Amino acid sequence: MKVARQELVAGRALLAVLIAITILPFLSIFTTALYPSGSVPVGVSWPADPQWGNFVDAFKVANMGALLASSVFIVLAVVPISLVISTMAGFAIGLLRIPGARLLLLLFVFGLTLPFEGIITPLYFLARQIGILNTRLAIVLPLIGLFMPFAVFWMRAHFVNMPGEVSEAARVDGASTWDLFWRIHVPLARAPIASLGILMSVWAWNQFLLALVLVEDPTQRTMAGGLGAFQGHYATDIPLLCAGTILILLPTLLLFVVFQRHVIAALLQGSVKG
Amino acid sequence: MQGVRRQTFVGWLFVLPALAMYGLFVLQPLALTLQYSFYRWDGVGPATWVGLSNYAAMLTEPKLVETLFNAFRLVLFFSVVPVALGLVTASVIHRVATGRLGAVSRTVLFLPQVIPLVAAGIIWGRLLSLSGLINQGLTAIGLGDLARAWLGDFDTALPAVGLIGIWVLLGFCTVLLLTGMSKVDAALYESARIDGAGWFREFRSITLPSLRQEIGVCLTVTIIAALAAFDVVYVSTGGGPGNATAVPGIQIYILAFLERQVGLASALAVVLVILVLLVILPIQRLSRDDAR
Repeated sequence: MKVARQELVAGRALLAVLIAITILPFLSIFTTALYPSGSVPVGVSWPADPQWGNFVDAFKVANMGALLASSVFIVLAVVPISLVISTMAGFAIGLLRIPGARLLLLLFVFGLTLPFEGIITPLYFLARQIGILNTRLAIVLPLIGLFMPFAVFWMRAHFVNMPGEVSEAARVDGASTWDLFWRIHVPLARAPIASLGILMSVWAWNQFLLALVLVEDPTQRTMAGGLGAFQGHYATDIPLLCAGTILILLPTLLLFVVFQRHVIAALLQGSVKG
Repeated sequence: MQGVRRQTFVGWLFVLPALAMYGLFVLQPLALTLQYSFYRWDGVGPATWVGLSNYAAMLTEPKLVETLFNAFRLVLFFSVVPVALGLVTASVIHRVATGRLGAVSRTVLFLPQVIPLVAAGIIWGRLLSLSGLINQGLTAIGLGDLARAWLGDFDTALPAVGLIGIWVLLGFCTVLLLTGMSKVDAALYESARIDGAGWFREFRSITLPSLRQEIGVCLTVTIIAALAAFDVVYVSTGGGPGNATAVPGIQIYILAFLERQVGLASALAVVLVILVLLVILPIQRLSRDDAR
C-alpha cells in the first residue's frame, strides 16, 4: 500500500475523533447516572460517591420487569407471524408467479416508503372501534401489517432467484404446493428468513410511535415506548433518567455485540433491497 | 386445465394472510387518512365536509408552512451531512485503516443505529442541556460565552436536533458505503496509487462513480428518516421552542391527539406521504438506471 505517512496520520486522527464522538454520549449518561438522584451533574465527570443504587431505583420505578416482558411478548407475537405470512406471500409471488403477481408486488412496494405517521390517526380510531385500544394487540396487529411491504418484498427477492428445477423435481414426485413450500423451499430460505427475523425484531423492539399513541399504560408497551413514558415522568431527575435509559439500552446493546455481524449485515441488506 | 386453476387458487391462498394484514392495518387506514383530510372533525362529534380547505391551510397557516419548511431543513442535517461525511469516513477507512482500527471504527460508528431513537433523543437531550457535555467543552476551551440550552433556543434548536440525526445516521452511511467500496475492483485503486493519485483524485474518479447505487440507498434511507422524523424530536424538544423544531410527524401527532383537529392532521399526513414519494422516486431512478 502506497499511502503517504501524513495521510495515514490524518486519516487515523479523523477516525479516532469520530469514535470519540460516538462513545462520549454513552459515557456522559453513564457517569451522570451515578450522581445522587435529583442533582444536576455537569457534563462528563466521575462522581465523588457513585450511586450504583440508581440503577436499582430506575429498574423499580420504570417497572422494568413488566416492560421487558411486554417487549418480549410483542416481539414474539409480531416476528414469527410476520415471518410465516410474508414468506408464504413471497413464495407465491416470486416462485409460483400466480396470475396478478406483478400487481400484488406493486401494491406491496407502494407501502415501502410509507411513513407510519401517514396512518397513525386512523389507526387510533380503528383500534378504538374494534376494542383493542390500550392492549398490546393494538401494537402487534398494525405492526404486522406495516412490516408486510418490506417483508414480502424481501422474501420475494429470494424466491424469484430460485432455479425452477428444484420445484419441478418435487412436483414430479407428486408434492402438493404446501409440501413444496414447507419441506423444500422454507429450509432453503433459512438465511434470508433469519436476517428478516433480526431486522423485524430490532424494529419492533424500538417501535415508539405506535406504542405512544395506541397504548396508554407504559408497562404494556415496547421498550422504546416505555422509555418515552419514563422520560415524561422523570425528566427533572436527570441521574435517574440516565440510569433508566442505560437499563433500556442494555438488552439491545448486548444483543448487538453478540450478533454484531449478523445485525449489521441484515440492516445493510435490508436497506439495499428496500 | 383444472389443475392450473387449482394451483392459482392455492397460490392466492398463500398471499391472502399477508395481503389481509396489509390491507386491514395499512391500506384501510391510508384510505381513511385521505377521507378524514376532507373533513373538519374533533374525533368525537359529527364531521363536517370542508373540501380542500385543510390542504389550503398547508399553504396559508404559518404554523403549517413552517412545519413543512422544517422538514426540508432537517434533510440537510439528516441526509446531506451523514452521506457526505460518510463518504469521507468510508474512504479513509478504506485507505488507511484496513486492519483492526477499521473493524473497530465500523462497529463503534454503527452503535447509534441499533439503539432506540428515543434513547438517542434522551442521551443528546442531556448532552445539549445547559449543564451538558457540549457546554462543558465550550467552557473548557474558553468559549463559555456561547454556552446555552441548545435545544431550547429558537436559533439553535433545529440544528441541534439535526446533530442528533447526524450522530445516528453517520455510522449507517459509512458502513454501507464501505461495503460498496470493497466491491470495487481493487486493481483500479492499485493502479491509481501507482500513478501517485492522492486521496482526492482517487475519491473523485474511482470511488464516487462506482458508488452510485449505495449513495442512492443512503440518500433514500436518510431522507425518509428526516421527512418522517418523530421519535428523536418528540423526546428532545417536542417540536418546540414555539414551532422551531415542529416537523410533519410531530405536528400530525399534536394536531390529531392534543388539539383534536383530525382533518387537518390527516391532510398533513397525506402531504407527508406524497412528499416522501416525490423526493424518493427520482433518487431511485437516478441511482438504478445506471447499469452496473
